[in-house]
Amino acid sequence: MQDGITTGAIYLLLAIGLLIVFSVTRVIFVPQGDLLAFGTLTAATLQSGQIPGTLWLLDGVSALALLISWHRAPLRTALTWGVYPFVLTMATLLLARFEHPAMSILLALAIVTPMGPLIWRFAFRPVADASVLALLIIAMALHFVLAGVGLVFFGPEEARAPAITESNFELGQLNVSGQSLCVLASCIILVAALRWFFGATIYGKALRATASDRLGARLVGIDAAATGALAFALASFIAALAGVLIGAVTPLSYDAGFDIGLKGFVAAIMGGLASFPLAAAGAVLVGVLESLGSFWASAYRDVIVFTLLIPVLAWLSLRAGSGEERA
Amino acid sequence: MTALLRVDRLHAGYGKVEVLHGVSLVVPEGCMVAIVGPNGAGKTTLLSAIMGLLPRIGGHVLYCDEPAGSTEALVASGAVLVPERRALFADMSVEDNLLLGAYTRRRAGNRDTSASMRDVFTTFPRLEERRRQLAGTLSGGERQMLALGRALMARPRLLLLDEPSLGLAPMIVRAIFRVLADLRASGLSILLVEQNVRAALQVSDYGYVLEMGAIVTEGRSSDLANDARVIATYLGARR
Repeated sequence: MQDGITTGAIYLLLAIGLLIVFSVTRVIFVPQGDLLAFGTLTAATLQSGQIPGTLWLLDGVSALALLISWHRAPLRTALTWGVYPFVLTMATLLLARFEHPAMSILLALAIVTPMGPLIWRFAFRPVADASVLALLIIAMALHFVLAGVGLVFFGPEEARAPAITESNFELGQLNVSGQSLCVLASCIILVAALRWFFGATIYGKALRATASDRLGARLVGIDAAATGALAFALASFIAALAGVLIGAVTPLSYDAGFDIGLKGFVAAIMGGLASFPLAAAGAVLVGVLESLGSFWASAYRDVIVFTLLIPVLAWLSLRAGSGEERA
Repeated sequence: MTALLRVDRLHAGYGKVEVLHGVSLVVPEGCMVAIVGPNGAGKTTLLSAIMGLLPRIGGHVLYCDEPAGSTEALVASGAVLVPERRALFADMSVEDNLLLGAYTRRRAGNRDTSASMRDVFTTFPRLEERRRQLAGTLSGGERQMLALGRALMARPRLLLLDEPSLGLAPMIVRAIFRVLADLRASGLSILLVEQNVRAALQVSDYGYVLEMGAIVTEGRSSDLANDARVIATYLGARR
């Protein structure tokens, strides 16, 4: 049960990331799971005193972005895709040998987060008006690319991210691990921060506006390219965070992200790809069912989770009669 | 009088289907110009192409004597469109809708937009009563008010309106046109697209008649309203 709530919190984070990206750009962000694995493995590699390949990947792709958008807005481009990767590379080279857990985690977050906007810039922005299906196919292809890249950089072995805390508590008869509490606390803090961001800041409102009415957003001067980049940045930050959190509880290999991402997707679907509170309930439900399932019938735990989708989808399609008018 | 907007032999359409076949028109600074014509003449297409929502296949659009750029750039420099379907943010509050209307001004560093919000509430007191309500729950007339209010929050120099009277009760149509006349009197330039030909020609200074993607007649609005062909086709009066 405790494990269920912890993994449920991770699924919730992923579901939120998926919802943000989908509602703003209509992309179903399949490679989010791979970014999660990148988060775990990057932190693990840093913790062992080595330089992760993801850093060089980031540098390479950033240089490409620098090259092609230089002529448009030199200063901003230089800051985002020139100065930031450079400073990050220097910082990583300097700090990696200390093998400090908190430092490894922060560096991993800083390395993986910009990959979201880069994915948007190269894979989705040029075809932003394509159909949802075409965008999904691109996202699927990206998943295979990133998984392959992960295999090259990190090898096929599982690795464990550094834990934030090793402590354990006795709560009545329960043995509560400090890391689970950290997962829950991070999840709550992140949800609160996102609530504030979407409810009180003009950029958060611009994202909601884009999700609400694409034409209206353009007509008040909201730049679709910038909101897309912001949505992908949020999602990849969330994925990286989920990666370093869950990676300390369960060791992950390069291809483990997809499964976790898929369960986050199940949670998001339960919210009808639109409602955050419903997705949250769905995420916890998926997490708990999965851990109960692995206790009672471990061979069927994935079956149990994905079977959940059937009644939800049936209900959604029954209801869709009235939803159709909006499209 | 200088031209704020100059459209020169503009061609535009959807994919391979060309809808506009070389439309030219001028909106002088401080004037209200009306474009009238039947359904399917290309009026909405014309506004979309001016705003850069559709690709401009041929010809030129000059705004403030500069070639018009992207939609975002036009909005930032004060050309704001109120589209036919209003395009409000339905699941956000009236207040947030208005706030987002000033998005480009906020980005330009102007943090205080409360004065503009007060102006909008003075023009449309109804919106102030409903400021916390979701935009999707408003009535048709209130929606048009909100769409107009949101556009005004950008402090526009040129307002482009697509069918502001569509689907509204006559009393609300009169109220909206009164507001437009006031805005015109305060020096705002307006390009108005309307099917309600009589009302449009009453409030505007100059008019164009658009049919099948081309301008067929133009003239001072008062002259057009007395033009025999316009009367026969659009005003439906006896000869």
